[in-house]
Amino acid sequence: MKKKNRYLTVGLIMTAAVLVFTIIGQFWTPYPVNAMDSSASNMAPCAAHLMGTDDLGRDVFSRVMNGCGMTFFVAVCTVAIGAAFGTIIGALTGFYGGIFDEIVMRINDVLLSFPSVLLALIFVSVLGKGKYNIILALGILFIPSFARIVRSEVVRYKSLEFVKNAQVMGCSSMRIIFRYIIPNTKVSMLTAAAIGFNNAVLAEASMSYLGLGIQPPDPSLGRMLSEAQSHIFNAPWYALFPGIMIVIIILGFSLISEGLRAMND
Amino acid sequence: MKYFIKKIISLIITLLVISLLTFTAFSIIPGDAALSKLGVDASPTAVENLRKEYGLDKPVIVRYGDWLADALHGDFGQSFKYSNKSVSELMASRLPVTVLLAVMSLIIIVVVSLPLGMLSARFSGRWPDTVINIVSQVLMAIPSFFLGIIITYVFGIVLRVFQTGGFVSPDKDLQGCIRYLFFPAVAVAIPKIAMVVKYLRNSVLSEMKKDYVRTAYSKGNSDNQVLYGHVFRNALIPVITFVAMVVAEILAGSLVVEQVFSIPGMGRLLITSISARDYPVVQASVLYITTIVVVINFIVDVLYQLADPRIRYA
Repeated sequence: MKKKNRYLTVGLIMTAAVLVFTIIGQFWTPYPVNAMDSSASNMAPCAAHLMGTDDLGRDVFSRVMNGCGMTFFVAVCTVAIGAAFGTIIGALTGFYGGIFDEIVMRINDVLLSFPSVLLALIFVSVLGKGKYNIILALGILFIPSFARIVRSEVVRYKSLEFVKNAQVMGCSSMRIIFRYIIPNTKVSMLTAAAIGFNNAVLAEASMSYLGLGIQPPDPSLGRMLSEAQSHIFNAPWYALFPGIMIVIIILGFSLISEGLRAMND
Repeated sequence: MKYFIKKIISLIITLLVISLLTFTAFSIIPGDAALSKLGVDASPTAVENLRKEYGLDKPVIVRYGDWLADALHGDFGQSFKYSNKSVSELMASRLPVTVLLAVMSLIIIVVVSLPLGMLSARFSGRWPDTVINIVSQVLMAIPSFFLGIIITYVFGIVLRVFQTGGFVSPDKDLQGCIRYLFFPAVAVAIPKIAMVVKYLRNSVLSEMKKDYVRTAYSKGNSDNQVLYGHVFRNALIPVITFVAMVVAEILAGSLVVEQVFSIPGMGRLLITSISARDYPVVQASVLYITTIVVVINFIVDVLYQLADPRIRYA
């Protein structure tokens, strides 16, 4: 138990640190995010520019600080969409069952068998690229995973005594679902949310790297990596720092989900 | 037998639904083939005539039927962007590259992760296990495109054993192509290796708690005999499903990594076509990729069932 909780502790500390860094980055950065300075292009990391500068002389540290905000924004929105709709769909199908349940769960199974980057690519090919389309696409993608978890929990609790009791007392089905059953699913929902964050950050970074996600002038970690790639010969740090930031964010969330799962066992 | 028939029927239904969804999704996008060919400024009559010629004036369901019939014959129409090329021609040169890349990554994953997973399980709780655990936790968090960039830097620029952009087509020089694809395949494989190692380790450890393991020990078998003679095969069953699930992710990873190493595969084709709004190509690529994923899942179900007949009756 002790060892397992270490995952959670380390994950929470990492995520909290990144979050503080990011929140500061939304209000204050050492240099303006999009300020170019042709006299300071492709500078190696030094005291004035902690992470160096890019080919246009923009401060990488400032851009990373600010860019993390967009990453979190996309992740929070997509997980919120997925959790909200997933909970409703999962609760209704789990509680009422029947042919509707069968059809929805079949669709869920098919969607779940696709990796999120792949589905995001497919959605964006229909919706077009851009920030809000990415949020919409990823949000829709996360509905099945939440729906499945909520459904299985609802099915499990449905036949338990306290739910029967509530039914006898004359509670409406909606009240039973949302007041009696859903609050019991919070640990598995939290785990699912942590995994969701993890996938959302990865998918957003990949899509932005491919040029289909967040569009300039918004700074985005994925996009910075793709810009950095053409200058990797003379400015390798430009690729290194945004990449490490992505790794830290993903690692934080995956440790949290690991720790939560261990706690649940 | 009944199980297989049921599975095949559901496979066919899934594929039909996917093709219908793909088709409708692309037909409700504003701006059809006629408009994009002639441009927004074209006269309405000219657009109308071209629509007739392309058959776009027919109802959606009829067009879907026509399109599906053509698609089943391997004809996905003409690309908007490369006006003298058919979609099938474009795909024919790209698909093998992506498939080759994905297969190479799969081989690397299996070859590397099985021994590492067994090692980790054999020494569970001791230092080799701890090291493998920490390293794999970190590797899992690295996106494959970032790994790709690191690999191009380390092996391409510092060590100079690899040249980015030096891709040769597999028809011309298969060996050279495989040599070029090795590093991209490693980039795709590393995060997945970490996952498979972890999964195999946990699978072995949960198997070790079972009764037959105690029996095997009580008969005087050594640790290694129990592990490799008895536990390994049983622990492998869930791992097979997991690896198969990973196959879809390998495909997705390959699509992204192609961009890093400028490999002309399906991923590059899809991404350039999305940006250029070359819908016939996008539509066909999406259909191809989804079909591959669905078919892989079907094969996994069947294999799993063959490996463990209890599934059939569950």
